[in-house]
Amino acid sequence: MQLEFDDEQLALQESVRRFLTQRYDFETRRGCLAQPFGSSAGIWQAFAEQGFLSIGLPEAHGGIGGATELMLTLEEIGRALVLEPYLSTVALCAPLIADHGTEAHQADLLPRVAAGNLKLALAHGEAAARYAPTVHTEARLAGDSYVINGAKATVPDGALADLLLVSARMMDGAGNGLAVFLVSPDAPGVRLVRYRTQDGRSAADVFFEDVKLPASQLLGDGDATAALERAVQRGIAALCAEAVGAMEAANATTIEYTKSRKQFGHPIGRFQVLQHRMADMFVQATQARSMSILATGRCAAHIHAGKPDAELRRRDVSAAKYYVGKAARFVGQQAVQLHGGMGMADELAVSHYFKRLTMIDMTFGDSMHHLAAVSDAILREPREPA
Amino acid sequence: MFRTAKLIYRMDLEYTAAEESFRAEVRQFIHENLPRAVSAKVLGHKRLTREDIIGWHRILHTRGWSAPTWPREFGGPGWTAVEQHIFDEESTAAGAPPVIAFGVRMVAPVIMKYGSAAQQQFYLPRILSGEHWWCQGYSEPGAGSDLASLKTTAVRRGDSYIVNGQKTWNTLGHFADWMFCLARTSTEGRSQEGISFLLIDMKTKGISVRPIALIDGEYEVNEVWLDDVEVPVAQRVGEENKGWTYAKYLLTHERVNIARLGDSKRELRALKAIAALVSNDGRPLIEDVRFRDAIAAVEIELRALEYTVLRVLSAEASGRDPGAISSALKISGSEIQQTLSELKMRALGPRALPHVPEALDAGWQGEPGGAEWWAALSGRYFNMRKTSIYSGSNEIQRNIISHRLLGL
Repeated sequence: MQLEFDDEQLALQESVRRFLTQRYDFETRRGCLAQPFGSSAGIWQAFAEQGFLSIGLPEAHGGIGGATELMLTLEEIGRALVLEPYLSTVALCAPLIADHGTEAHQADLLPRVAAGNLKLALAHGEAAARYAPTVHTEARLAGDSYVINGAKATVPDGALADLLLVSARMMDGAGNGLAVFLVSPDAPGVRLVRYRTQDGRSAADVFFEDVKLPASQLLGDGDATAALERAVQRGIAALCAEAVGAMEAANATTIEYTKSRKQFGHPIGRFQVLQHRMADMFVQATQARSMSILATGRCAAHIHAGKPDAELRRRDVSAAKYYVGKAARFVGQQAVQLHGGMGMADELAVSHYFKRLTMIDMTFGDSMHHLAAVSDAILREPREPA
Repeated sequence: MFRTAKLIYRMDLEYTAAEESFRAEVRQFIHENLPRAVSAKVLGHKRLTREDIIGWHRILHTRGWSAPTWPREFGGPGWTAVEQHIFDEESTAAGAPPVIAFGVRMVAPVIMKYGSAAQQQFYLPRILSGEHWWCQGYSEPGAGSDLASLKTTAVRRGDSYIVNGQKTWNTLGHFADWMFCLARTSTEGRSQEGISFLLIDMKTKGISVRPIALIDGEYEVNEVWLDDVEVPVAQRVGEENKGWTYAKYLLTHERVNIARLGDSKRELRALKAIAALVSNDGRPLIEDVRFRDAIAAVEIELRALEYTVLRVLSAEASGRDPGAISSALKISGSEIQQTLSELKMRALGPRALPHVPEALDAGWQGEPGGAEWWAALSGRYFNMRKTSIYSGSNEIQRNIISHRLLGL
């Protein structure tokens, strides 16, 4: 059992925090918000130089650290409200390439990710499926090529991606499994509708009309269904970590505000009704971090410890997303509430934390969706005598 | 920076092989030695006798396990925090009676840290063996959350104190041989500064124990009246007027046990078993989505508590101070205990209504039929409201969090 972090890991987290405090403070971020889709080429290149884009990649392709280091970094991404497609590229797509891609794909793509030359997005969810993993986008083999038809909805970071990882159903008659294709947003037949999201980031709806891809654009061999499920679970764990950083920051800024804001002749933080609210916000953020650690640990165990207990991983990841989503909503709402009217203003960071926390809950299954997943898993348990 | 990072720790959610074999050893000992009649009472929330509880304590003592939290130098097993946690999980899961907390977990750490050598040599072995059952004399009718306002007095006369006053919410005092008691030895300075920590033999002349009728109709707590009770000065722990320090140490000593993780894991399993057993118009209740979602929600709350506790244990094992987190564990742990007991009652539907106190005695078979398994659940729901009130109410815990952790 090891749920603590060693001094080097804590020093790493501290150094990421220091870097973002210096290079990505709230005013700098406000400048980024004014850029198309919120991205800044300079900061992404700086991430590459700092090594942030190599975290968790296989060592053979220049990777450093592992799932724990990635989790601690994502907490800082959340604390600084970073708008860049970090989670999609480094926590979601690169590990999917490492998990399911051939050696050639890994050698081609991962060093470019690490160097800051390749932003990735996972185009998996579809409008009619809502949060279900149902895929209607089709891939048919035609000679040496595949032909893709279908549509993906609200692809996180899709507006910024240099390359999309697209899930499609293989219409080859052999079980209709899922596959992942590497698709350029500029490929003929691909149409992107790019837009901003509520939290100042970006996404895209992606349409595929007879998109012809050479076989080399098929990621890996064999059915990708399980690899896609693992990728989404890692994405959920990453969102949990990001939410933890954002919750801690929302709590910190709320405490500071209630110490400085005076009404009735006192700092409002002296009022017990506010103190108890903040105590509850602290308890939920603390336990959310425990669940974030659990989710990251379960996802990493598949790779590191050779424990392929898919049911346990599925259940704990859903439990974590439920708990973190619920805590994120509570902390976000109450942080705004305790800021009073200023909580409604764009000017302070708190409204931005609230929006990001809300959208994290709404991504990859909200708390209601994941509660249902855990609830249904209870039915599959062996029954004990009463 | 990142390029030089070396991994020393890898996050690991699993217990070590040594811890797993420790778990197996504990489980086997409990399986071979815990009387089935006793575990059936615990699991069914039936009434326990003093002998049920002390008998299990004596059995554990033969193995050297009666005080799981104690270091070896005082006769404990010297377990790590993780081993203590495993022992608690296995004990509660099997339906073992609880450790007699007032002696083993409360007064003993105070005696170890602040008691004289003579006190350590006299009291600690008797707590270990079960010869002395301890109870608590903290709360008074006028001193609950504001404990330091207590009024019980101890006036020095020669080599003794003469103690007068009234204590309340004294748990299982009718079973107890000794009581640790806070009494006022000075009225000067702040109210915290005039309190002394006394160890009182319950057989001393002038002590009377009167039961308090509780919400569930059961007998668990008492009023204790002290009328010119003579307590030798040698039975004072530490210095006169410094008792508040020792009292606070006692209350904050337990970091993680306050979460009641083992009990709640057992109760969650029991809740699912009941929901699978109860018929909901011909189908098992557990198939009802709304009811099952409520189970899932509390299961996830418990998971979050469990991994917070394990983080605290992990931090302690790494030599780090996990901070004043025990208040958060108390709040979450008590709320989860309450939710579980509430859902167990609600699973019964209309069968939550009958009050059949005789069915709480082990072996009772009568009518209404089935009461032997469901009669305890509503009373337990009412009883578990205590968990957010005792040991520092959850409102006091929120004060502690906002003052200590948030700096408000």
